[in-house]
Amino acid sequence: MSGFSDNIMRLSGRMLSQYLAQRDWDGKLTRAPHPGIIPTCSIVILSDNLPKQEIMKWNGWGYSDSKFLYNKKGQAEFTGKRYRLSGMIIPGLREWMESTFGANLQHKTPAAPILNSSAVQPPTLNEAFLKELKSTGIPFSHDAEDRVFRSHGHCLHEIFALREGKIGRVPDLVVWPNCHNDVVKIVELACKHNVCLMPYGGGTSVSSALECPPEETRSIVSLDTSQMNRILWIDEKNLTAHVEAGIVGQDLERLLNESGYCTGHEPDSMEFSSLGGWVATRASGMKKNIYGNIEDLVVHIKMVTPQGVIEKSCQGPRMSTGPDVHHFIMGSEGTLGVVTEVTMKIRPMPEYQKYGSVVFPNFEMGVACLREVARQRCAPASIRLMDNEQFKFGHALKPQVSSIFTSFLDGLKKFYITKFKGFDPNRLCVATLLFEGDREKVLQHEKQVYDIAAKFGGLAAGEDNGQRGYMLTFVIAYLRVVLGFKYTLLVLDICRNVKARIVRECKDKGVQFPPLSTCRVTQTYDAGACVYFYFAFNYRGLSDPVHVYEQVEHAAREEILANGGSLSHHHGVGKLRKEWMRETISSVGMGMLRSVKDYVDPNNIFGNRNLL
Amino acid sequence: MTSTYKDSGTASLKDEEEFTDILEERRCTTDLGYALRTFNPQPYKGAPSSSTSDLKKAVLESQYLRYIAKEIALETGSSVEKVRQEARGILEEMSHNLQLGFIRLMAYTVNKVFKRLFRSIYVNMEGLNMLQQAIQESPVILMPNHRSYVDFLIVSFILFTYDIPIPVIAAGIPLASMKVVGEILRRSGAFFIRRAIGSDKLYWAVLSEYVRTIVRTGCAPLEFYVEGFRSRTLKSVVPKLGMMDMVLEPYFKGEVFDITLVPISISYDRVVEESLLALELLGVPKPKESTTGLFKASRVLQEDYGCMHVNFGRPLSVRQLCEGKINRSEYNLIPRDLPQRPSTEIQDCVNWVAHLIVRTQEEGSLISPWSLMACLLLQAPITTLTEEGLQWHGLTEKTLWLRKLVLDFRGRLNWPAHTTDSDVMSSTVALHHSIVHHKAGRVCLVQDGDPASQDPLSPEEGVMRTAAAVLMLVSYRNQALHVFVRPGILATAIHITKSTQKDELFSFFCFLRDVFANEFIFIPGRASQDFDEACSLLQKCGAVHMSEQEVTVLETGLEVLSFLQKLLQPFLDSYQLIFRYLCENGAHVFTEKQFLPAVQNLATKLILSGDLHTFEVLSSDTQKNVLSALRRLEAVTKLRASQQNEYKVNKAAVRRTGDILSGKIPPESLHAIPDARL
Repeated sequence: MSGFSDNIMRLSGRMLSQYLAQRDWDGKLTRAPHPGIIPTCSIVILSDNLPKQEIMKWNGWGYSDSKFLYNKKGQAEFTGKRYRLSGMIIPGLREWMESTFGANLQHKTPAAPILNSSAVQPPTLNEAFLKELKSTGIPFSHDAEDRVFRSHGHCLHEIFALREGKIGRVPDLVVWPNCHNDVVKIVELACKHNVCLMPYGGGTSVSSALECPPEETRSIVSLDTSQMNRILWIDEKNLTAHVEAGIVGQDLERLLNESGYCTGHEPDSMEFSSLGGWVATRASGMKKNIYGNIEDLVVHIKMVTPQGVIEKSCQGPRMSTGPDVHHFIMGSEGTLGVVTEVTMKIRPMPEYQKYGSVVFPNFEMGVACLREVARQRCAPASIRLMDNEQFKFGHALKPQVSSIFTSFLDGLKKFYITKFKGFDPNRLCVATLLFEGDREKVLQHEKQVYDIAAKFGGLAAGEDNGQRGYMLTFVIAYLRVVLGFKYTLLVLDICRNVKARIVRECKDKGVQFPPLSTCRVTQTYDAGACVYFYFAFNYRGLSDPVHVYEQVEHAAREEILANGGSLSHHHGVGKLRKEWMRETISSVGMGMLRSVKDYVDPNNIFGNRNLL
Repeated sequence: MTSTYKDSGTASLKDEEEFTDILEERRCTTDLGYALRTFNPQPYKGAPSSSTSDLKKAVLESQYLRYIAKEIALETGSSVEKVRQEARGILEEMSHNLQLGFIRLMAYTVNKVFKRLFRSIYVNMEGLNMLQQAIQESPVILMPNHRSYVDFLIVSFILFTYDIPIPVIAAGIPLASMKVVGEILRRSGAFFIRRAIGSDKLYWAVLSEYVRTIVRTGCAPLEFYVEGFRSRTLKSVVPKLGMMDMVLEPYFKGEVFDITLVPISISYDRVVEESLLALELLGVPKPKESTTGLFKASRVLQEDYGCMHVNFGRPLSVRQLCEGKINRSEYNLIPRDLPQRPSTEIQDCVNWVAHLIVRTQEEGSLISPWSLMACLLLQAPITTLTEEGLQWHGLTEKTLWLRKLVLDFRGRLNWPAHTTDSDVMSSTVALHHSIVHHKAGRVCLVQDGDPASQDPLSPEEGVMRTAAAVLMLVSYRNQALHVFVRPGILATAIHITKSTQKDELFSFFCFLRDVFANEFIFIPGRASQDFDEACSLLQKCGAVHMSEQEVTVLETGLEVLSFLQKLLQPFLDSYQLIFRYLCENGAHVFTEKQFLPAVQNLATKLILSGDLHTFEVLSSDTQKNVLSALRRLEAVTKLRASQQNEYKVNKAAVRRTGDILSGKIPPESLHAIPDARL
């Protein structure tokens, strides 16, 4: 049943000994995290910058070389070479920013450029633990930069604090285990010396999950899984791969692709997020319609807990052996242990991929179409519906076109849709589609979906628009300060109410310019949908913008819950959403989770205090 | 072009409001030109334009109605199609058919009639501006009080005049059956609701879905009377919750982001149907609404009815009102288009909102000099009024004193400016010549009757004749009651308990508030706020001195306290009399049909023998309120099995209530605990 693939082993078995290594896009090794700088203008946009050789920003999203800035001519530009949009001038963005938020070039808030090590509290070290750790030979560091880098995820308040040079409680030590056995040793030592462990994967959390509890008095050790990044074997007969949990999404896909396979799991954060993180937060991928979400993809999990290692005895695809213990692990958010190895389903790489897009006269029609697609169970790999605001944003991100012919063509399309078909440009919305599979089936499938769309007034709007829609997801993260939360349920009312609530709250809190309040349906399910809300506002004139942001976010979340939405579709709970857990899963539910925690980790070694 | 004046009642307050006479401009332009003016309102921005047939289709095809139809078919054994057919019939009978052409016709006619009836119609422009704004932002519910048939189209008339979308209006079904007029009303936006729907499940379903669809789509503002019907006593009526519930549900279920409620207070100097109201209360049945009746009533057009005030209240956001009171997630577990019984939390909230609206209507209404005079006239012995008459001079003095008290109590007064007080007094009496006449320095009650009649009246008939006149006076007094009721109840508590202890007074205050909850509007759960308000008002006018524990009566306050206590005395007397009847005369089980005339007989006897000094107990409204109060206090129970409204009385409990009311035994402190949540 199982077999090793030497090829894969060799490909993935690289590491640096003392320092953490981060790979860039090409999989080359680079010494990682060092401060980059991202000065910003009032809201979101990033501006000119001293390039550094380091790859990741220490106080913002993503790669240091990729960012939005205004060039000398005052035009917006996306820098770097990593994305389709990279190196392009985006003429429409500035106007969109100005008209949507009243944001302009004159108002910039620069970020603290370089991490000031003296601002970081000296580490609280547990000497006995440290001594025994040294003897194991597992690499570690208590360098300030290493610690700060692992002290946060990507919530707005976390990033904002870093930019302003405010640094709170950070881990006291970082360790880089290289394999499952290293983790076992670390956990044993932590239990022995009563040290608090916080697992760290890709660092992309948006739930305050990585925030160190300020009340924690023990030494906090950040357990960085990045060195556990190998594919251990591929089982081509059963279509599974056994992978170490520290592997980052894009590496996993690339390595599997080399053998002709893929997992198909593509969360928007896949460039940076790790397999272990997906399991720990119950992640969802863009193409879940074909491949499923993480809970559908996982066949076997190995996790190290203070009580020992938990794993199942076989890799059967389904078992009827009481409640599935995997479900204690998935979504445990680092409170029970460290996921070290996972067996996942893999699929042969799709022969053919095709993007597409459909324009609807309004959001209601779009939603009706998505429900029909769900009813007929014919959703393509991905189908997403952007509301009008987001459609306009997508438009603003259109790069400068080189030929007169293309711009003429664009004008013609616009004319056709708005004048000939009578779509109101302030109401129309667009669905983006991604089909995958063998060519013939894709084309057939495409026709079926377009036929349904036509019944709801949808007009096919081309591959290019679709592709740009997906690229947007990756790039939007660079326009930070966007809030994302995903929720399931009945779409129309919730969308309107939440958007209206955001606008009203912003107004009440003294935001001078109308906020951007927008949403898109990112997933359809047989029994509902997942809606992603974004909001952004110009904080000029506000004394405490982060607080305002948090209040608005809080209000928006209450609104979602009141309208029948769930607390989280895939970002998890962390500490940010803890306060709603009891009403979400009932007191009995809380008690069940609590008792698992009490059994598995009675001394709260995994003390990040997420979830409960 | 238009004259404005300031509402003197709020002159001392910051939010001074300007009223504009909208008839003045109408008198300068042609009626036809007015009716054909361009009408181009700014509708609710979220609303797609939809026709009445779209609306009906949406209702009939709603998931909700399908579900109910299936349920009813299953229960009754008939086919779903048949039930749906029936639903279609109900909807046809109910549905409005708003058409601009008929709005113009309505505006033309109403304009003509109003110009005849009223000297002026004053509207607060600021309120109208706020309404215009609100209508664009969320679905709007217009909630006027209902004192006269004239109310029915006044709001539409004003909105038409100021380019604001015309509302659809909930009306009673009898209006629909009027020939021609019914259809005109329907096309002017009225939709018709049957009385006594009872347990007709299908009817409820159609009606509620119809109302919810209007709110949900925001296709037009919705106007309805939260009091349920025209107040015969001109006093606010305890709100009905059925319609309120339907209107708020789309917000509770998250189908709309917010709903705006606009309380509207309509006040009259003189109510067109004043004499009909009194007769109706005395048991003379109200004439059936009919078109011929309407024409017969056209003689009312000859009369002068003074001014009318329409005060558009500040728009209230349901979202803000309900904040913290309800948890909307209770609707998460059942599909929102299926019926779900609301939790008590939701029901309490609906009840609270409804009461709040009625209170706001009260606060927004304007008190005329005539209402003040009515308060005072009713405190004079009845023989003085009917025979020698009340001294004009004394009445004037007292009225001016009362004017000051009303202003102290923050009432809104409609006292004409730029006129001497004596002119105001005499023009007021002249306007109400049907009730009183002023001759030789004295004011007497006008008693309707046929002097040419050969047969002298029997004593009983005499009582009824006087009662008709007194009840007219009572209804005008009632227009001012809301200003006095809270301090009045405290004054009564002081009078009865003779206590100075704050907690004792509070518990008696709560008891009275509870007993009279059908007479006056009290917002549920706000007993202590009401008490505090009463205390601070009495303190403000120098009637009492307050300390931490005690309320002491001041020498200077005796006049105020005695006025207030006498103002409410008729209510106490009426309640005591009916309690006495129930304990002594009645059987253990009685029907409403037996009860009303029996009480009337007893009261007539006692009035004749001089043992009873109020005529108000003769009013069927009072009698029904006592019954409701006793049911609430669980001293009377309605027999479920009975078809003819049979009641069972617990005599001991009634006697106990009477004893508490007369101060013989102290009230239980049970009611003293205010509901902390509301």
